[in-house]
Amino acid sequence: MATSDTGIDQSTSIPFYRDERIINWIAQIVSAVLVIGFLIWVVVNFLAAADARGFSLGFNFLNDPAGFPINDPGIEYDPSMTYGRAILVGLVNTLRVAIAGVVAATILGTTVALARLSPNWLLSRIALVYIEFHRNIPLLVLLFIWYFSVFTQLPPVRESLVLPGPVILNLRGLYISWPRLTETGGPLAIALIIGIVLATIAYFVLRRRREETGQETYYGWVSLAIVVVSAIGGWLVSGGTPLYLDVPVLDGFNYAGGLRLTPEFAALFVGLTMYTAGFIAEVVRAGIQAVDRGQVEAANAVGLSNLQVLSLVVIPQALRVIIPPMISQYLNLTKNSSLALAIGYQELFSVGRIAINQAGQAVPVFAIIMVSYLTLSLLTSAVLNVYNRRIQFVTR
Amino acid sequence: MFRKLLTLLSLLVVAAVFMAACGAPTPAAPATEEPAAEEPAAEEPTEEVMEEPMEEPMEEPAQEEGGGILARVQERGTLICGGRTDLAGFGSLDDDGNNVGFDIDLCRAVAAAVLGDANAIEIVPLTSADRGPVLQTAEVDLLSRNVTWTSSRDVQWGDFTTVMFYDGQGFMVSDASGITSTDDFADGISACVTSGTTTEQNLADYFRQRDIEFEPVIFEEAAAVYGAFQEGRCDVTTSDRSQLVSVRSGFDDPSAYTILDDIISKEPLTPAVPHGDTAWFDTVKLVMWSLINAEELGVTSANVEEMKNSENINVRRLLGVEGNYGYEELGLGADALANAIAAVGNYGEIYDRNLGPDAAVTLPRGLNELWTEGGLIYAPPVK
Repeated sequence: MATSDTGIDQSTSIPFYRDERIINWIAQIVSAVLVIGFLIWVVVNFLAAADARGFSLGFNFLNDPAGFPINDPGIEYDPSMTYGRAILVGLVNTLRVAIAGVVAATILGTTVALARLSPNWLLSRIALVYIEFHRNIPLLVLLFIWYFSVFTQLPPVRESLVLPGPVILNLRGLYISWPRLTETGGPLAIALIIGIVLATIAYFVLRRRREETGQETYYGWVSLAIVVVSAIGGWLVSGGTPLYLDVPVLDGFNYAGGLRLTPEFAALFVGLTMYTAGFIAEVVRAGIQAVDRGQVEAANAVGLSNLQVLSLVVIPQALRVIIPPMISQYLNLTKNSSLALAIGYQELFSVGRIAINQAGQAVPVFAIIMVSYLTLSLLTSAVLNVYNRRIQFVTR
Repeated sequence: MFRKLLTLLSLLVVAAVFMAACGAPTPAAPATEEPAAEEPAAEEPTEEVMEEPMEEPMEEPAQEEGGGILARVQERGTLICGGRTDLAGFGSLDDDGNNVGFDIDLCRAVAAAVLGDANAIEIVPLTSADRGPVLQTAEVDLLSRNVTWTSSRDVQWGDFTTVMFYDGQGFMVSDASGITSTDDFADGISACVTSGTTTEQNLADYFRQRDIEFEPVIFEEAAAVYGAFQEGRCDVTTSDRSQLVSVRSGFDDPSAYTILDDIISKEPLTPAVPHGDTAWFDTVKLVMWSLINAEELGVTSANVEEMKNSENINVRRLLGVEGNYGYEELGLGADALANAIAAVGNYGEIYDRNLGPDAAVTLPRGLNELWTEGGLIYAPPVK
């Protein structure tokens, strides 16, 4: 450091124990030692206890047959498969409900937020009640209500509600007639995948060109047309009927075929979505209200319609505020899905609990569960943080 | 600003510590025996753990290595039993909130033998899925919660003492389902079952062997299983037959449900103790045997004092008035078994009190008759 005007060397006049840099360093070192020491103690203590009680800490059991059934497995599973497979089924089931929940909660939450901000008094009050109801009741309670008071109160199988389609609703679930590929359907599937990829590329390229040149490129219509054309092309190439309708029919005790949503999945999905939407609504409202009022007035003044104001001026700016807390909500939704344990949807945590019990391997299974949730959360955060960086204001 | 925040934060920490201290009067700290004091750098969390090893090794160096569960129980003055509160006949709460039931009485008998007081018990209610880990970590001294004894559990969970209830897995159906026997089972059938149980695995095996496609509906809480079953979510529910009978007695309309005759598995229900303490293992076994022997010898809670003068030498041995047949080496008083019988009665009394004709849940004794009556209940002699 330089000496001051008076000619006194300041660095010598301050004793080392009052030098801020040194104090900082010491504080860092002491806290690092404490933290590391604590972690070492935890691990050593844990290993000693595990050893004393004869726990095995290995992962070999993952190759043993699980022997227990799983309700509504998202990928093929039967009890003769391994523990590893069973836990993977749990993870897939977690992903199913988490992805569906995140998408639905975002849409519902945004809608509620817009209703909450609406000048319509009734709409705004209804949204307020919705938000406060869901923010102030524990999720577990909501799940119980959805499962035991709604989905298992539907009519029994033999008195199912049959809606056109046919769509069948009973207390064993919702069965939807669903198109499936026949043996000759391969080309159609390939054509559709290619079509969707092309359409996506076309959408972004054409939209960018419009932004750059100001010329209308009809990017929405063009990409839609690509999908339709590729679907028709695929159909013609595959010859015969590439698709058939898988219709649910009553067979024995239950409907078989079609696309089925179990009441457990439905209760968890609806409960999680509605609960999280309550929080997302507040996040979105905060983001929208953070946009300067002058922006809206200016947009109105240049003659944009209300929808245009929202989509071109308000939302892009609000997103900067919305995304970070939104990431937390997504992570919460994913982790909260573990409450499914109580209502019989078998996701990662509930399958893990069974594996712990049947294999007697608490520590390895909990390690797997923790690492899985951690990985899911970090991946979600990473992806959304990249997006978040892209939409921030570019400051010079 | 920063200073204010710091004050607030430390106040919160202090408050939190107080709250935590109120909530946990007796740290059941599983890690008590292992002196974990190698690392002095670690602060708060050690304190609780460190206190106990300080006292313990001084108290009972005479006992077997490690202090032992018996010493711990006697020092604590209560026996911690893993049990349940949701299964009438085996483990439930009476009108006054006391734990009652067959499994609870076994726990009380052990408490009476080792502590002289049958009420010195603490029941920790456990779900099926909790049982294994809790026993593995020795958080309970005795697990008496209709646990099926299997080879893998014997290796992984703990030491299983003596089969106290011979059971088998059965099916319950609602009469509305139209099922009258297991022959009616067909594809698409759905079955409600409790997770973490042997019945869950037996169920899968059963349908797999018969090549029937079934839908398992699995909950961790027994209440949820039977709730969903009553709502009609499943065509059938399955568990140990004793449990089905007990649960059905609590249904809104028990007559609308039938328990099928078929038995698809062996379920020997057995109290278990944590691994690695043979003295404690022997103690609990001895108490269980004494209950069975007492019925065989006609010793009841009512006549136990009078029987001490019995001419039957086996009765005198059982009641500790003639010689020592193992209990002294275990650290029990001579009258320990007599205390247990006086407090809860012999096996037959326990059975009748909880599952007999006058009990809320009635199960014919069947396999659980004494061997002399054609059943399987048989215990090594106390001699």
